[in-house]
Amino acid sequence: MADVQRADGHGADGQRVARHIPDRREGRAARMLKGWEALLVAVAAAIFLVNSFASPYFLDPWNLSDATFNFTEKAMIAFAMALVIISGEIDLSVASIIALTSTAMGYAVQLGFDTPALVTVGLATGLLCGALNGALVTGLGLPSIVVTIGTMSLFRGLSFIILGDQAFTGYPASFSWFGQGYVWWVFSFEFCLFLLFAVVYGVLLHRTSFGRTIYAIGNNPTAALFSGVRVGRVKFLLFLLTGLMSAVAAICLTARLGSTRPSIALGWELEVVTMVVLGGVNILGGSGTIPGVVLAALIMGMVTFGFGLLNVPGIVMSIFIGLLLITVIALPILYGRLRRRVTH
Amino acid sequence: MKILKTLLVTAAVSVALVANTAHAETKKIALVVKALGIGFFEAANKGAQEAAKELGDVEVIYTGPTSTTAEGQIEVINSLIAQKVDAIAVSANDTNALVPALKKAMDRGIKVISWDSGVAPEGRQMHLNPSSNPLIGNMIIKLAADNLPEGGDVAVLSATATSTNQNVWIEEMNKVLGNYQGINVVATVYGDDLADKSYRETQGLIQSYPDLKAIIAPTSVGIVAAAQAVTDAGKAGQINVTGLGLPSEMAGHVKSGASKSFAIWNPIDLGYSATMIAYDLIGGAEAKPGAELKMGRMGAVTLDDNNEGAMADPFVYDASNVEEFAKIF
Repeated sequence: MADVQRADGHGADGQRVARHIPDRREGRAARMLKGWEALLVAVAAAIFLVNSFASPYFLDPWNLSDATFNFTEKAMIAFAMALVIISGEIDLSVASIIALTSTAMGYAVQLGFDTPALVTVGLATGLLCGALNGALVTGLGLPSIVVTIGTMSLFRGLSFIILGDQAFTGYPASFSWFGQGYVWWVFSFEFCLFLLFAVVYGVLLHRTSFGRTIYAIGNNPTAALFSGVRVGRVKFLLFLLTGLMSAVAAICLTARLGSTRPSIALGWELEVVTMVVLGGVNILGGSGTIPGVVLAALIMGMVTFGFGLLNVPGIVMSIFIGLLLITVIALPILYGRLRRRVTH
Repeated sequence: MKILKTLLVTAAVSVALVANTAHAETKKIALVVKALGIGFFEAANKGAQEAAKELGDVEVIYTGPTSTTAEGQIEVINSLIAQKVDAIAVSANDTNALVPALKKAMDRGIKVISWDSGVAPEGRQMHLNPSSNPLIGNMIIKLAADNLPEGGDVAVLSATATSTNQNVWIEEMNKVLGNYQGINVVATVYGDDLADKSYRETQGLIQSYPDLKAIIAPTSVGIVAAAQAVTDAGKAGQINVTGLGLPSEMAGHVKSGASKSFAIWNPIDLGYSATMIAYDLIGGAEAKPGAELKMGRMGAVTLDDNNEGAMADPFVYDASNVEEFAKIF
């Protein structure tokens, strides 16, 4: 999406920017991103501080531990989503993949599958969903936003057909550990998994050639193709990854709820995208970092929990997150305009 | 850094706005609803506040997610556990999914009850139903009979022939039919909870039974369609349409005379009773089969083998109060 706009010499804000060719990875952009993460750290610290003063219940290890469940599952998907968005695509079907994966696992429970088999069924379903998205986007060359809006309805629709107004329950006790178990003291399995994936995705994006090709594709897929990058294959793999991570999130969430309904994780795709964009990933592709997404996840989790402790109605939380998001997207653009006005 | 300043100011203002008003001895009862901004639940909150005022040492925390999801309710419940509330009274978005979170709440000494929409037995101490099948069955025939001192023919317009709720209510109605002298149930027809089919079935009833005095529709879709059909046939005032309906949908028909009265649960009483029961449990009452829990002005509720109880008769709405409740739900 981004490249069409940039190729004709217009920036994201529609201003004529042909005079200096922006290098999205180095120089200004990179510096700004570094500044961005510093800003996120400051915001996170401020929210932590305000929360601690606002509620006497905030600084309790167990309460904080409970609060991590607000964001761990969404953040796991957000890591894979960040990669997809950096590559210039988007996957809006993630929440529906959770629904279908959870339904498949619930069905497997009725057939008497044990925990390892359930996890296998879950991961396989997620991969299949991701493969379908990837094949439609890279094989047929369809825009990912259209494809995944379609599969968003498709996957959840299947779940509704199978379940109707019923629920699958009866998950084995060992399965519930994925959503309710603790590795050590207050550190839940989900939170540890979140930390592990943060490191894995951080290394994948920032320390491997695969990660660099993602940036290259996001900045200019044509140039990347001419440089020998197999653009289609990389994008296909990225859709597989979001499918897989949605399945992992589905396993955790299903284990935490102990039941499956077709409305599970309704609306999560937007929260995941919000998390990614708040983390400083350019929605048009080409830039963004995993540490930024980790910080955004922590911020969103703490805001939700802090407001919850004060019994602020959920709609106020949504307004706050919405304002935060708009500010976050608008700020770099305003900054860019200001800079250009000053320098020219 | 502008964003940081804005954030700090926003946060500070919101903190100031919701400054903690709790007192040391106050008992905190959380009324968790399916979603905020729904008239029915706002009314339940009104009842809960009334109960808090009556009890004196209770602070009601009215809360819920923005959309009717189980995940949203779990986030709310987690933050209530963190605040160490004394009781949680929840109208659940999902019978099963809330169980782990509510179990955790009970493990930490919080009293948990469900009301309106129930939680599976292992996730709550008791469930408060707005009414019970026998009470509803009796109420729908009573509504018809009260306006027919001389007796007369009545017909039933139900939902589908297979809908469990309506069938049970009609069955319960037939059990107590003997108590209402002179009332003959001449027919039961099915409108399938579709407005147009219910309308046609009502037209059929009007033509087939010229002496028909009342139509009982124990479905919120059927009752509106029947009232409309009676009005359109020019029979408003001659045939009384009654049953179970929503005040907002029925207000017009009560005004026009097509319906003299109808019934449905009263959300205010429901919120009031849930709060009272939660308070009774905090005070040491035990929720077990056969136990009686106090509900203030609503009397007491007796628990059955599943620790469920029925609050009261469905609440009757007529010309005197339907306008007021039409604004609520």
